[in-house]
Amino acid sequence: MLEISDSTIITLNVNGKDRKIVAKPSDILLHTLRKELGLTGAKPGCENGDCGACTILVDDWPIKSCLMLTVEAIGKRILTVEGLNDAPIQQAFVENWGFQCGYCTSGFLMVCHSLSKIHPNADEQTIQNWLQSNLCRCTSYDEIENAIKSILKWEVYYERTGRK
Amino acid sequence: MIPFDFKYYKPGTIEEATDIANKTLKKGKKIMYYAGGTEFISMARMHNIYTDAIIDIKGIPECNTHELKNNELTIGSTVTLTSIAEQNFFPLLSLTVERIADHTIQDKITLGGNLAGTIIYREAVLPLMVTDSDIVIANTYGKKRIPLKDIFDKRIQLQEDEMIVKVIIKEQFLSLPSIHVKRTKNEKIDYPLITIVALKDDIGINFAFSSICEYPFRSSSMENFLNDNSLPKDERIKKAIDNVPDKILNDISGSSEYRKFMFHSMLYEILTHFEEVN
Repeated sequence: MLEISDSTIITLNVNGKDRKIVAKPSDILLHTLRKELGLTGAKPGCENGDCGACTILVDDWPIKSCLMLTVEAIGKRILTVEGLNDAPIQQAFVENWGFQCGYCTSGFLMVCHSLSKIHPNADEQTIQNWLQSNLCRCTSYDEIENAIKSILKWEVYYERTGRK
Repeated sequence: MIPFDFKYYKPGTIEEATDIANKTLKKGKKIMYYAGGTEFISMARMHNIYTDAIIDIKGIPECNTHELKNNELTIGSTVTLTSIAEQNFFPLLSLTVERIADHTIQDKITLGGNLAGTIIYREAVLPLMVTDSDIVIANTYGKKRIPLKDIFDKRIQLQEDEMIVKVIIKEQFLSLPSIHVKRTKNEKIDYPLITIVALKDDIGINFAFSSICEYPFRSSSMENFLNDNSLPKDERIKKAIDNVPDKILNDISGSSEYRKFMFHSMLYEILTHFEEVN
């Protein structure tokens, strides 16, 4: 049984590398990533799970890092925006003007990247469901939607649904 | 930031979990079983909850079970809402959990957490109510399987040292005609103004409700009225609403009068839906 009582050295796998950090049970993953590892791509917004600015991937699925304890991430694969390394969704955001101020962008990128990997043939409803997890106050929602659609396998979608 | 310290345990078996719970409680300390943790973290951050230790049960294989076997669907307490929707063994449950919070949070919220949480809506329990499901709970003396209705009275009645291991739904219910209707005040992603699930079996239509009263419920007297085909639909609904078992919620999402109006309209929609299915 894993037991952690106080500040202790733990190992997290972040962006493909094992990183040793000091953490205590009450530490929140968002703050650990930012303060211990200097990965400031995940943004603190509402810190209550509402806005999605802090979204990262844990074992390939989007997670709001403000609602995860650091110690829960032991043994998991964490991917932050710094680990995307020119993923297609990043170029798609540039080409489709998928951002304005940029504060929400890393969270949206992570959700879109995960969606493109898990459901490369996602339909409209699935795209709506996934993207509703994040807020953008500059209202570039249409552009973000265009960006994700540009990297999904839409030919398969058109063939399946018979509509464009 | 969580403004207090606590111990973190991640056991690999039910025995380890209940043993550490028991030992900690005997020292006069508070414990919480921990699964998704979304409610714990958001409440702890606001000083609304305190514990000396959390026992993370996500490492227990039985709590992660998600399978259809021997004519029963078993869903472990740490299975996430996303996993329930993606696997889609039970479409009524999938539809219900897909409307709890948002998609990313559904990757973290677990079935057990939604059932045992303090937020009053607990919508995931509704499909379990209409299917007469069972629940397996554990404490230091072992596990027991009991009908959900025997332990769910306004909320799951667990002792401090008891944890939810899994829920079990009979396969015969999984593909029966059913409907999930949720209304919110404004946004699609919100706590419910009213949520209703209904499922038709051999005897009649079973209904379960959230956000009508301060707790989710299923009512046999309301079901009797709603299934009384000798009466016109409006009359059946009116009698059912007159038999709501407690005070109708009156809060920022909607007044009790508005809820009554909306409740009538939703029940009408559901009864019409099943007439069309017939």
